[in-house]
Amino acid sequence: MILNKLQLLGLAAIGIAMSSTSYAQDTLVYCSEGSPEGFDPALYTAGTTFDASSRQVYNKLVEFERGTTVIAPALAESYEISEDGLVYTFKLRSGVKFHTTSFFTPTRDFNSQDVVFSFERQRLADNPYNLVSGGTWEYFNGMSMPDLIQSVEAVDDLTVKFTLTRPEAPMIANMGMDFASIVSEEYATALLEAGTPEKLNQEPIGTGPFKFIAYQKDAVIRYQAHEDYWAGKASIDNLVFAITPDNSVGYQKLLAGECHVLGYPNPADVATMQEDDSLTVLEQEGLNVGYLAYNTTVPPYDNVNVRKALNMGINKQAILDTVFQGSGKAAKNPIPPTIWSYNDATVDDEYNPEKAKEMLAAEGVEDLKMKIWAMPVVRPYNPNARRMAEVMQEDFAKIGVEVEIVSYEWGEYLKLSRELDRDGAVLLGWTGDNGDPDNFLAVLLGCDAVGNGNRAQWCHEPFDDLIQQAKVVSDQAERTDLYEQAQTVFKEQAPWATIAHSVVYKTMRNEVQDFKIDPFGGHIFYGVSLAK
Amino acid sequence: MLGFILRRLGTFIPTFIGVSIVSFLFIRLLPGDPILLMAGERGMSDDRYAQLMTQFGFDKPLLTQYWDYLNGLIRGDLGLSFKTKRPVWDEFFALFPATLELSLCAIAFAIGLGIPAGIVAAVNRGKWPDQALMSTALVGYSMPIFWWALLLIIFFSGTLGWTPVSGRISLMFFFPTDTGFMLIDSFRSGQAGALASAVEHLILPTIVLGTIPLAVIARQTRSAMLEVLSEDYVRTAKAKGLSPLRVNGVHALRNAMIPVITVIGLSVGTLMAGAILTETIFSWPGIGKWMVEGIGSRDYTAVQGGLLMIAVIVMVVNLVVDLLYGLINPKIRQR
Repeated sequence: MILNKLQLLGLAAIGIAMSSTSYAQDTLVYCSEGSPEGFDPALYTAGTTFDASSRQVYNKLVEFERGTTVIAPALAESYEISEDGLVYTFKLRSGVKFHTTSFFTPTRDFNSQDVVFSFERQRLADNPYNLVSGGTWEYFNGMSMPDLIQSVEAVDDLTVKFTLTRPEAPMIANMGMDFASIVSEEYATALLEAGTPEKLNQEPIGTGPFKFIAYQKDAVIRYQAHEDYWAGKASIDNLVFAITPDNSVGYQKLLAGECHVLGYPNPADVATMQEDDSLTVLEQEGLNVGYLAYNTTVPPYDNVNVRKALNMGINKQAILDTVFQGSGKAAKNPIPPTIWSYNDATVDDEYNPEKAKEMLAAEGVEDLKMKIWAMPVVRPYNPNARRMAEVMQEDFAKIGVEVEIVSYEWGEYLKLSRELDRDGAVLLGWTGDNGDPDNFLAVLLGCDAVGNGNRAQWCHEPFDDLIQQAKVVSDQAERTDLYEQAQTVFKEQAPWATIAHSVVYKTMRNEVQDFKIDPFGGHIFYGVSLAK
Repeated sequence: MLGFILRRLGTFIPTFIGVSIVSFLFIRLLPGDPILLMAGERGMSDDRYAQLMTQFGFDKPLLTQYWDYLNGLIRGDLGLSFKTKRPVWDEFFALFPATLELSLCAIAFAIGLGIPAGIVAAVNRGKWPDQALMSTALVGYSMPIFWWALLLIIFFSGTLGWTPVSGRISLMFFFPTDTGFMLIDSFRSGQAGALASAVEHLILPTIVLGTIPLAVIARQTRSAMLEVLSEDYVRTAKAKGLSPLRVNGVHALRNAMIPVITVIGLSVGTLMAGAILTETIFSWPGIGKWMVEGIGSRDYTAVQGGLLMIAVIVMVVNLVVDLLYGLINPKIRQR
């Protein structure tokens, strides 16, 4: 017994000497912020889950070029859209291999059956996978896919035809979203036969650049480069996600060389990180917008001049300084600058309390009392809504408007803020799903979204005509023109005070090469290498 | 003794039912609708909302929902986590060994230092060792965990580079974790340095988590010892010329142990429920953080299942403490 203890102590001593952290040159360790909910991206909506699944393990028919919102071919080499905009025909890439792992060996290459299965399981209630793992397919439903897709057919092994119920130009962008990841039909069938269909969500098999090796909840996820990846094997052989929920600790791990990339550095640490010669800090505006939506159906907010006056009373710089603390940029349009068709020609409402006061007086608005709704949660587009509301309260007091700040539990907040007769202006925001302007302008400001995503309850025909037209036109130049006009109308009508777009920081050790910030907030490690 | 254990086990059943009701109601009484939270800013149509309410059974009367839950419990089924769509049972037991391992280390650390510190303080009542130890204990008790943990990390991991920053083992080691206890799994793996790495990773979290129990145990031991040291039989023992070690360590300590064991039992119960801050800071994959996330997302099944499991574990710990009372003081056993 004593000997055993001594042996243990001896082993411990030797081990302590040996286990100083050093990883192989070909292993990249990413300090991720949390555990994925699972590994089937279609089941979930969280970015953390997509990072661990769709962005490493799977491919989609089309994907966004790394670091941009531009669509590029992926599992589909090309696609055609019928003239009426109702039929999308995808030509699939041939010779694409699924992962071979310790738990599955594919017998065939990727083909149209995989595409059909990947969508039918989300679409059809009688598909054997429809209810597996409590499937609610939130993104698929949230993007109105069940209403939009009439059928998905395999024309031949390498051709798939999607027939829609109405023309929808953002359809291609939707195909690049995480819920549209292509899973292996052969693997799914084998799991069903084995009576373990839920494993599709636990041990993923995809065509992506990294294959899944192992996962320990709240601790670590391991991947290995997919040797037969259709776009060429990844530069890094092993990818490890070290799950590190505390960002201050993540920073220490980065300094100690225990990880290479930190996904979410604390804004307060960024300045120190920038001064550190061993670290690189990248920054980019996030694909989001934070806003204050007036209820444009209730007087006096139905008057555009009142809304304009209130916008002029808001000191955005003070908000950026106190609420975002350097991690935000002022927003003037309802879409972020990283999205195509962003109209840089629009002019933001200037901060001018004097003029704002005069404008209110000219409209006969005196002793206005308004409510500002402050969200109870932290979001990327608004790190502290309560504080933001307080800054606005002070600003509005200067133009003679008395503000009462209200808040509700998050679920209630989302529900009550949709009501048509809502009393007060709502602080809220949006993070883009697919990089298409429609995903902001129609979802948040379209007439169809009144009483739902359109918190300003703003239905303005000239604006709505433009975005409806842009929905059915396939030509991107034409769509860009329409969206630019829509932004001009938005700015004139001011249904919101546009507040800010967050600024996203990524910190990494200098040996990490070619990492690009994903505008969708993801972390993509294909294309990244480690300097030898 | 057997009768004593059976009597104690008999009280388990009503407690278990009570806890199942409380855990079931607790999460449902919190404001917030899990389906609305799931939809987030995107929102959902009324039809879709109704469809999901039916799918998850939230449209049924509360009593029916409880009955379904109880039926599941009898079959050992805690349900699927609303958030991860995985069985709550699997989720809980994937994380619990990490919590248990850390808790046991922390409590061993607290007992190992706390009891001797308490004895030394009591024996030297009013002198400088007493004042120094008790002041340190007070500081330890009042220390904000978050700050203490970061301080240790920055100093020992950052500046000195002696300990790893966080996690359970260096990522260079990769082996099956069959038992979930990293000390055991790393030893069984046979990989050189794995066990040592697991030990290294336990040092700071053990100190951080053990600090408050250590302070409490030290103070409790001191006050219990002081009471016992003034008893007649201790004076008699001293008068008989027994060595101070025997007087304090055997005669006094054994009789001072009852309140100390109570405190240890309570601490173990609390630690088993997961140490949210310690687990978060040290990226320790335990149940504390899992439960808090479950409450945040109104993951009804995960929270009610997790609470129930924790309650059962605390009940078992209490049973063990009661048995220990019996071992130390036979009078309690006979009652």
